[in-house]
Amino acid sequence: MRDRSFAPTRILTYLVATLFAAAYLAPLLVVVLNSLRTNEEIAQSSMIGWPQHMAWGNYALAWSGFCVAETCAGIRPYMLNSALITIPATIFSTLLGAVAGYAVSLWRFRGDVWIYGIVTLGLFLPQQMRLLPWTIVLRDIGLINTLSGLVLIHTIQGLSFTVLFCRNYYVAIPHELIRAARIDGAGFFRIFWRIILPLSGPILLVTVIWQFTHIWNEFLYGVTFTPGQQQPVTAALIALSAAVADIPQHGVQSAAVIIAALPTLLIYLFGGKYFVRGLTAGAVK
Amino acid sequence: MTSAASTATGRPATSAMVRRLPEYLMIWVPLLLSAAHLISFSIWTIWISFTPSTLVPVAGWVGLRNYNAVLASRNWQIAFDNLLLFGIAFVLLSLTTGLLLAILLDQRIRGENVLRTIFLYPLAVSFVVTGTVWSWLLNPGIGIEKLVHDLGWTTFHFDWLVNRDMAIWTIVIAAIWQSSGFAMALFLAGLRSVDSDIIKAAQIDGAGPIRTYWRVILPTLWPITITVVVVQLQFAISAFDLVRALTNGGPGIATQLPALVVYDLMFQRSQLGRGAAAAVLMLLILLAVLLPYAAWRYVRGRQAAHA
Repeated sequence: MRDRSFAPTRILTYLVATLFAAAYLAPLLVVVLNSLRTNEEIAQSSMIGWPQHMAWGNYALAWSGFCVAETCAGIRPYMLNSALITIPATIFSTLLGAVAGYAVSLWRFRGDVWIYGIVTLGLFLPQQMRLLPWTIVLRDIGLINTLSGLVLIHTIQGLSFTVLFCRNYYVAIPHELIRAARIDGAGFFRIFWRIILPLSGPILLVTVIWQFTHIWNEFLYGVTFTPGQQQPVTAALIALSAAVADIPQHGVQSAAVIIAALPTLLIYLFGGKYFVRGLTAGAVK
Repeated sequence: MTSAASTATGRPATSAMVRRLPEYLMIWVPLLLSAAHLISFSIWTIWISFTPSTLVPVAGWVGLRNYNAVLASRNWQIAFDNLLLFGIAFVLLSLTTGLLLAILLDQRIRGENVLRTIFLYPLAVSFVVTGTVWSWLLNPGIGIEKLVHDLGWTTFHFDWLVNRDMAIWTIVIAAIWQSSGFAMALFLAGLRSVDSDIIKAAQIDGAGPIRTYWRVILPTLWPITITVVVVQLQFAISAFDLVRALTNGGPGIATQLPALVVYDLMFQRSQLGRGAAAAVLMLLILLAVLLPYAAWRYVRGRQAAHA
């Protein structure tokens, strides 16, 4: 309970909390340390150990040296693929979601409740139900095996989340504000630009962080709809594990894992508050 | 728009429509695309599941043959049993872990922000990364078992990753590590919103800390608990990346899960009809969780409206 007087319970609380924190940090620490150990060093002992001499070369190899499926350009091209998928899809889905969320919450139009209800069903529909249709649609419009195809998928699927986030935020804006602006002759876009957007800072951050993290970390579509060269980094990591299965290069692989995880980890570190808000907003629906 | 009259100042209706075309497009195109893809893709997949499609989708009707084939396959049966075990174990353990962490952080301890950041960071990491890292840690040849052997305890055994009977538990471990922070975040928000008056009242009545938690605070958390359970079950039912990176369904097919069966049928065995049937079965399992939840939310919403 929230009392500071009873020392033994407080010590126990700190002890348990520290133990859990150590358990949560351990995997990250192990990978960071391994990324600085040579493959031989790891092979002689185990994955868990302190680097004897800092093998920074692992990062150079991981970034632009090692081979995945006959291409020896490291993880760099796949990082670029992930960025080229994630950044446009995040921007498009957030902007379109903000406008749609604003329309649904503050303009009210015929069928708004229905269309909003259907769009939010996308939070629940498993990706497996959309895999085959996406395959066929992307092939028919000529976007199969392209980064643009994945941008399209993530933009459309992301709308379920972005519309929900923005709509729930804009609902709290007083209608009088909009009504007054309309009486003054302001139209849909003018109100959005002048009144809504300046109020939207926090929710746009939540939405952008959520979308970026999810699209960057996505694997199933990435591995299904792109061939080797065009794959996002999540798919490349799996391909790398398979490629080196016979002669493991755990040092280099650890460096690759760290590089691949870094963008979302940094976003989490700097935008943690908004990241958590997205998590809980997505859950409560 | 309901109040077109207030903005269209007496001009002909058609020119008002044209003038407002950009906003109609901006609103309707994304919403309609989103809604249309959800509905049509679901119907499409359901339709394919009733056709004799193999390498490519073909027209035709085979009734429930694909479903029977999937349900009769060893692959699916193992996947379903695994899902039951994984779903229940993962949800229960991540609930308990999350609740424990939330209660710890609720003690106004020093460094709360740092601890919360630590417990939540796995959520920012992809399942592929989580699965890869845990596949190293749990690999008896290079991971924890090897470390303990090197430290001198040579009879130590921790080979779940390569043990058919225990491998599914490695997925439970990695999944808990990844997402118990989510349960913690929701529980902590719940704990922080408990009315401090009822806590004081309980303390005045002489209830100790444990008793106050058990009798007064925790009962207020059950709506949050249900939400957490549903979200975590939703994850468990569609788990794919994590298993793909951690065990890839192995050893053998010991850690097969429905999402892997779907992928295997669709893209490795070119059995589109059966793959679609397996996807629909996944959806049905999901609905078995979500429909009662939706009904519960609806009833609660009505009760709140009447209260």
